[in-house]
Amino acid sequence: MTDAPPLLRVEHLSMHFGGLVAIDDLSFDAARGEITAIIGPNGAGKTTVFNCLTGFYKPTVGRLTMQRDDTPWQLEQLEDYRIARDAGVARTFQNIRIFPQMSVLENLIVAQHHVLMKASGYSALALIGIGGYRKAEREAVALARYWLERVNLVERADEDAGSLSYGAQRRLEIARAMCMRPALLCLDEPAAGLNPRETGELNDLLGFIRAEHDIGLLLIEHDMGVVMGISDKVVVLDYGRKIADGTPEQVRNDPAVIRAYLGEEDDAVEFAGGA
Amino acid sequence: MPSTGNGTQASILPDSGHRRLPPGAIFKEAGLTAVVSLALLVPFVGFKIANRGGEQFLETRLPEVLIAAGLIFLGRIFLILVREGSLALPVAGGAVISAIGLFAPIPSAFIQAVAFTAGLVIIVRAAFMVFAARRRSSTGREFGSGFADGYRKALPWLASALIVFAVILPLMPFGERRTIDIAILVLTYIMLGWGLNIVVGLAGLLDLGYVAFYAVGAYSYALLASYFDFSFWVCLPLAGLFAGFFGIILGFPVLRLRGDYLAIVTLGFGEMIRVILLNWVSLTKGPDGVSGIPRPSFFGLEFKRYPAEGTESFHQFFGLDYSSLHRVVFLYYLILILALITNFFTRRIRTLPIGRAWEALREDEIACRSLGINPRNTKLSAFAIGAMFGGFAGAFFATRQGFVSPESFTFLESAIILAIVVLGGMGSQMGVVIAAVVLIGLPEYIRDLQEYRMLAFGAGMVLIMSWRPRGLLSQRDPTISLARAEGKTS
Repeated sequence: MTDAPPLLRVEHLSMHFGGLVAIDDLSFDAARGEITAIIGPNGAGKTTVFNCLTGFYKPTVGRLTMQRDDTPWQLEQLEDYRIARDAGVARTFQNIRIFPQMSVLENLIVAQHHVLMKASGYSALALIGIGGYRKAEREAVALARYWLERVNLVERADEDAGSLSYGAQRRLEIARAMCMRPALLCLDEPAAGLNPRETGELNDLLGFIRAEHDIGLLLIEHDMGVVMGISDKVVVLDYGRKIADGTPEQVRNDPAVIRAYLGEEDDAVEFAGGA
Repeated sequence: MPSTGNGTQASILPDSGHRRLPPGAIFKEAGLTAVVSLALLVPFVGFKIANRGGEQFLETRLPEVLIAAGLIFLGRIFLILVREGSLALPVAGGAVISAIGLFAPIPSAFIQAVAFTAGLVIIVRAAFMVFAARRRSSTGREFGSGFADGYRKALPWLASALIVFAVILPLMPFGERRTIDIAILVLTYIMLGWGLNIVVGLAGLLDLGYVAFYAVGAYSYALLASYFDFSFWVCLPLAGLFAGFFGIILGFPVLRLRGDYLAIVTLGFGEMIRVILLNWVSLTKGPDGVSGIPRPSFFGLEFKRYPAEGTESFHQFFGLDYSSLHRVVFLYYLILILALITNFFTRRIRTLPIGRAWEALREDEIACRSLGINPRNTKLSAFAIGAMFGGFAGAFFATRQGFVSPESFTFLESAIILAIVVLGGMGSQMGVVIAAVVLIGLPEYIRDLQEYRMLAFGAGMVLIMSWRPRGLLSQRDPTISLARAEGKTS
């Protein structure tokens, strides 16, 4: 471990809904240039972690520190849109949330809203034709095109996003998140509903993002097979608690993880107690 | 009329292209339709209360009932034949029925009209079937998408032609007083529709209280002019500013609401403004309204036959004979320019980041938050800008009428403006124009029909909604295209 603080540090995160404890004292780090996977059975609290990270929920307890451009951002104190805009946390959704009636290209341009707003004098200057909005828009289109090529959607750039197939919509959502130039990309079950070929393409895309764009990736998946191939680090949740944390190999052989996934029998409890 | 048996139609219609109904089945269906309609016709048409010499009699109208049932029977047969793909017979039959309606010595003029229309409906229906079938076979696509492509290509031409027509309208021979008055009214609603389109069509915020901003604009001008003697040209921007400010005031409490809840709160806001105007008697003169609002001047030249001492009026300056039409034409051009500015603004802002953010917000607010778009500012700007144009239109309304009272700003106005936007197709600028002409212009023109006017209004709405449920012109043009954007750069 280096001395520099990690890209994202989650400390003692807890989230209660009334009496229900969805996350219980969770701590982990996510590093730049690595894919960190959060896995766990259904209902383990994975998506809740994401919603706390991205500001859709306010955590009951905990500190979420994000480093961007050497500035620490306390995510638990920021509004959701500022977490995306200022702290550079982009996310995708488990049930895809694209803008279906806008074109594919427009989806990617909207993602660069903040940059374009500044360049256009918050739209007011550009309205009367002053300022560098045209140039900024050209750059936005160029960035959009770059990502369209990465996700194989150049041909369909001018079609309605809603007319894309399910797999293409998932890729578009990732491209849209990347158009924000984020520091951390959070993917909520990106492989859900994809066929094996599409899952392979997804793994390639995530590998590409890790290799070429110096950002961190945080991945939720409940299918362990998907994450083992590409993750650098795996955090395993069960009933809102972290039960394991390490490389895919370490996690795969962890008895607590096996128990959480396969269920437990009487003697298995004793075995775990001894471990 | 001829569609009485819709229930049976649905069960036969699918994949009926290859199969032919035997004549027996056709007569059975038509007979059933005729029997059902006969059962309805007897109580509705068969009896009439007549008033003779102060006494009331119950008259029977057997011939009418029988003729109507017969028409329905024949019409049904022809419609089935059209559906089955045969054409010559229904067209000929329709023509015969129309001819009977026109020339045969039927006792009732109403039945003549019905027969004539029914014949036409059958012919149109047959023509439509041929048209749709040819479309499908030539392009392999649905009728609707061919229409969309054609519309997209024709739109610039259509828009230019409409603008040219609007500009020369007062110079045309039929540009008489009544026509221009109606045109002013239609243009006012077009402008209101375009203003509301920003809020409802682009930002997707269902606003049922838009008339409040219209009222704020109108009263801003009325009060500023009567208390401080401000001229129209000073008040116009102020009215827009005040209305925009009220838009933000309304926006704050409803930021977290959406859909139906938002609609209800905005409806309440619209009523609040009206009730305040009604009850703040010391400022607004309450239900009496503000009268004597100054008319606008043409760069300082007034439209008066006898201008005040030391000033010159419009007709004197240009050496014309005085005509009361001058002012009307001037008002016409004023609202035309205001409306075109609204349109230009909306079309331009759609391609700017804030406009795209509005549309994105309409599509998915949560996704917008995750992309760093500030939903609060985005919504407030939509409310404020939409309200601003409502305010401009309100100031124009006040100066045109010379009188404002809270009665002009009831919920019905909001509903009509919203109906224009929804019927036109949410977000479609051209749709608003067409819907405003259909909903405002036509009913004004057919005022002779008296009480049937509102009936026609309602029937038109039902027709449009069943024919094109997403509005007349619901196609959305992308604000940017990759091909075009890159064509520019290289």
